[in-house]
Amino acid sequence: MAQKKKFLYVNRKAPYGTIYALEALEVVLIGAAFEQDVSLAFLDDGVFQLMAGQDTAAASMKNFSRTFKALGDYDVRKFYVERESLAERGLTVEDLMPITYEDEAEDYAEKPSIIPVSRAEMAALIAQQDVVLSF
Amino acid sequence: MQLAIVVNEGPYTHQASDTAYHFTKAALEKGHGITRVFFYHDGVNNGTRLTVPPQDDRNLQKLWSELGEKHGLDLVVCIAAAQRRGILDADEARRHGKDASNLAPGFRISGLGQLIEAGIEADRLVVFGD
Amino acid sequence: MSTLHTVNKTPFERNALQSCVGHLSPGDALLMIEDGVVGARKGSSATAMVQAALASGGVYALASDLDARGIRPEDMIEGIQRVDYGGFVDLVAQHARTVAWL
Repeated sequence: MAQKKKFLYVNRKAPYGTIYALEALEVVLIGAAFEQDVSLAFLDDGVFQLMAGQDTAAASMKNFSRTFKALGDYDVRKFYVERESLAERGLTVEDLMPITYEDEAEDYAEKPSIIPVSRAEMAALIAQQDVVLSF
Repeated sequence: MQLAIVVNEGPYTHQASDTAYHFTKAALEKGHGITRVFFYHDGVNNGTRLTVPPQDDRNLQKLWSELGEKHGLDLVVCIAAAQRRGILDADEARRHGKDASNLAPGFRISGLGQLIEAGIEADRLVVFGD
Repeated sequence: MSTLHTVNKTPFERNALQSCVGHLSPGDALLMIEDGVVGARKGSSATAMVQAALASGGVYALASDLDARGIRPEDMIEGIQRVDYGGFVDLVAQHARTVAWL
């Protein structure tokens, strides 16, 4: 591909109550094949998409949270999570699933994909993008 | 300038597809190109030919089809989102053993890659949704 | 180059305007569309958020959506500019990216 663009996927909605989170993830999966510079942003209720211990069995819905853990294999490794959004909801980074990728530059060492950022840092991240997809 | 348009909601429940339609029309009138209009989530419901809105209301599917025909727009309905919601072209209907298809004229069904590709190719991408 | 932010939600039911205003960079523009235009009315509890956006950059509201909801130019918070769909297109072209606060 001629040029690499910076793609940001903005996730502001909780999973399951609406389909946006699931179908956003489907875009991220397909988008990974295009080898662009991909970042995911989780803010507002979007942080609930990354909660540890999601169990959808009784709700009879597809638990897609595990898919986030597989994204590292598709070179999707930048999960920016807004600290203020977590705090407003009584959450900390420890409440989220551990999500890692293998860094081939460092002998496949496991590294965290989740990058906690402040609201100001999230604003700066948005300002660097070429394409911003909101769901 | 080349613009890509993403429509995330169906017609009538939300204003999003009205806004997207008027925006697309205004962009064309200003001489911009439209890389693609991509319909995702419930936005795929813009692409069913079976809607029958009241006579005194706008018919969004028809408006999209006519705008598409006039300007040669690439109106793409996401295949995965469409299958969930019962929007099928003739090939898809046959493939899934359904007795009818309902994709409106001027629309085509394709994959999510078309959304990413539009983002790569266009100068700007604008999302309309709820 | 700066960002165009679109807000299509009323600030009295959803947090889109609040979240958007919290993520503006200097020089960014904010465009209210659909139910988002109800935030343009002066004298409401959302005024402080709109004024924060005005301090950062331009604030615009889609004229046809204002008209549809009975919000007259004289009802609007001072500094908000009415634009038509052509103006919306120009704003998209003038900014490097558009972010929709859905």
